[in-house]
Amino acid sequence: MDNAFGQPQTVVVLGGTSDIARAVVRRLAAARADTVVLAGRDAGALAAAAEEARDFGALQSPQVTFDATDVADAGRVVADCFAAAGREVDLVILAVGRLGHQEEDQDDPARAGEGALVNFAWPVAALAAVRRLLVAQGHGRILVMSSVAAIRVRRSAYLYGGAKAGLDRLATGLATSLAGTGVSLHLLRPGFVRTKMTAGEPEPPLTTGVEPVAEAVVRGLATGQPVIWSPPVLRWAMLVLRHLPARLWSLVMDR
Amino acid sequence: MSRLSGWGRTAAVEADVLEVTSEEQVAAALAAALAPRGLGRSYGDAAQLAGGRVLDLRGLDAISPVSPDGLVTVGAGASLDALVRAVIPAGWFVPVTPGTRQVTLGGALAADVHGKNHHRDGTLGAHVTRLRVISPTGIHELTPADGERFFVHLGAMGLTGVITEATLRLLPVSTDRVLVDTERFDDLDGVMAAMVEGDHRYRYSVAWVDCAASAQRGRAILTRGDHARVDDLAGATLRPPRPARLAVPVTAPPGLLNAVSVAAFNELWFRRAPRRRVGEPQRLETFFHPLDGVRDWNRLYGPRGLVQYQFAVPDDAAETVRTAVSRLAASRVPSFLAVLKRFGAANPAPLSFPQPGWTLALDLPVGPPALPGLLDDLDALVVAAGGRVYLAKDARLAPATVRAMYPRLGDFAALAARFDPEHRLTSDLDRRLRLREG
Ligand SMILES: Cc1cc2nc3c(=O)[nH]c(=O)nc-3n(C[C@H](O)[C@H](O)[C@H](O)COP(=O)(O)OP(=O)(O)OC[C@H]3O[C@@H](n4cnc5c(N)ncnc54)[C@H](O)[C@@H]3O)c2cc1C
Ligand SMILES: NC(=O)c1ccc[n+]([C@@H]2O[C@H](COP(=O)([O-])OP(=O)(O)OC[C@H]3O[C@@H](n4cnc5c(N)ncnc54)[C@H](OP(=O)(O)O)[C@@H]3O)[C@@H](O)[C@H]2O)c1
Repeated sequence: MDNAFGQPQTVVVLGGTSDIARAVVRRLAAARADTVVLAGRDAGALAAAAEEARDFGALQSPQVTFDATDVADAGRVVADCFAAAGREVDLVILAVGRLGHQEEDQDDPARAGEGALVNFAWPVAALAAVRRLLVAQGHGRILVMSSVAAIRVRRSAYLYGGAKAGLDRLATGLATSLAGTGVSLHLLRPGFVRTKMTAGEPEPPLTTGVEPVAEAVVRGLATGQPVIWSPPVLRWAMLVLRHLPARLWSLVMDR
Repeated sequence: MSRLSGWGRTAAVEADVLEVTSEEQVAAALAAALAPRGLGRSYGDAAQLAGGRVLDLRGLDAISPVSPDGLVTVGAGASLDALVRAVIPAGWFVPVTPGTRQVTLGGALAADVHGKNHHRDGTLGAHVTRLRVISPTGIHELTPADGERFFVHLGAMGLTGVITEATLRLLPVSTDRVLVDTERFDDLDGVMAAMVEGDHRYRYSVAWVDCAASAQRGRAILTRGDHARVDDLAGATLRPPRPARLAVPVTAPPGLLNAVSVAAFNELWFRRAPRRRVGEPQRLETFFHPLDGVRDWNRLYGPRGLVQYQFAVPDDAAETVRTAVSRLAASRVPSFLAVLKRFGAANPAPLSFPQPGWTLALDLPVGPPALPGLLDDLDALVVAAGGRVYLAKDARLAPATVRAMYPRLGDFAALAARFDPEHRLTSDLDRRLRLREG
């Protein structure tokens, strides 16, 4: 159960090897999370993340493997995670995502489609399964990792940004559908974060490491923030940027 | 579904609330999992079950006539307020009262509540001659002669069965006043020494301690007294307590209670108290339930609510009390006057909170980022001292810590399983701390 400070005890992470998710899990495990279920595609990396969760205080960290290009499998993955938790689940973190390579993917139907599966279709299917199980429990929270890239799509990453925009909009709708069920949803919108996903990419202004993102998540969980921005100033920056005329936007964001 | 929380207004949940007015309805409801609930004055998640069934027992509110020797049989849903109103005109008072009358008898027994007289009269449970409990295994009529089968329900936080009725031995009083001695102390050591030296001369004793981060940290006001007799007063009366005259109509904005506003309040409170005053007659409700004068005062703590941290430590760990006060002051987490008391002997109930020594209770606003860690640190100090935290106030303990604080949790779980083999009696407190797992 969540305590008075919004600290969960049982956590499921879809994308358990994500650098951002791991930073969040380290903090949750150091507080009250004693059961952390990690789902991912690479068993070795999952085992390492699971060991890290235990090092930080979790008592058990079972693992479930899946591949997010297999949308039909999403229901099974979520059911396995809930079963592995063995208790009612307080928090589900959806961290699956892939940046891809815009230049190589944009004219390749197979690769473009696969990116949309990982960033949009699989998360949507998984959220449907999560919604059903949490609503049946009558409590629990969902953290969806969106991105500032979803707020206004850039030419230089429109495949990723477009799919994230779909997920972001879908999640806000899902959040309102949860009113009165005891379940709630937090939408995380990070800026550029130094992780294995962005390794080698040029760093724009306001780039951070994973720790500030994890700190913002934990604060957002404690205060019940529906939308969590990291760094927080992005909320105001995007308010301005999203309304720039298209040419100016392109000039600023697609240099 | 209705939205529910404890008095601290933290961790609110949606639950399906079923109001009952008869024992048959209670027995029928026990076919499935549920959490009993009285007036919801426990601070945390003890009287709620997120996404599940909550049994509202306020409808079991019958109060019998008082027998000549002071025995009264009361429905578990009746409030202590209703009980006091019913019996005071005939010269009876409740033998133990918590700091608010707005609790049900069932809730008070489920928490095994204590009052300002614990050092000589024990908990409310010590004044119960008969309990009626319904659990999935049937209806149980129990008296103290039943030993552990009786005591397990006291302090069980609703996890052994639903108390439907209890017979209590009331305290005879001849007036509605308490004669109060007040003393002000400049530091914690002074007030603690005075309590050790003199509490045994009074039926009631409690101290308010200033935990604000100022030079005056640890200053205290000690109030002690006993019921006034007719010849102590001119024009003695036996009138029921006055209802609340003030209310907090809306939830305050976040941050209203900060280090500055709380320090200012504490300053006023201390200035108001006399350095020393003897034998002042006070109304029962002024002495016992000052907070009941303002309805919904918990809303002052803003949308994120408050936690209360109440711990007990043995006499030889008085240092823990000093450390707690100075850590709190150093953290600058604002705390209204903290309440300090001495506890007398413990009773045989496995989860009963009081143990001989000191108890300190602190009301703290949720919000300061340092608070969760500060309280975890205090937990460690309390465990090291052989002490414990009060479950009726808790909203944030960890399962492992509770096991260190309540070494008889295993006995409790085994006994509870005899009344409820399928674990239908539960709550968010139970699920968070896994109390029934032992
Ligand atoms: C301002 C204030 C001052 C307080 N001062 C004190 C004090 O001085 N000393 C002290 O000891 N406590 C004190 N308390 C705590 C309070 O006395 C307890 O939390 C008490 O349990 C509240 O009773 P309730 O009817 O509101 O119970 P609830 O909060 O509704 O329930 C409390 C627990 O009792 C269980 N329960 C309720 N009814 C039944 C039943 N019929 N059968 C079985 N289980 C049941 C619930 O499941 C839950 O676990 C104070 C609380 C407040 C808000
Ligand atoms: N880093 C940023 O700048 C940034 C900014 C905004 C939003 N985000 C979002 O934040 C989330 C976490 O990202 P991150 O930065 O922590 O990057 P990350 O470490 O690469 O995490 C991405 C996660 O998705 C998993 N994943 C990718 N493709 C998969 C597939 N086909 N099947 C199963 N799992 C797959 C990854 O597994 P592997 O570990 O096996 O690859 C990893 O667990 C993502 O949703 C990302 O879009 C990141």
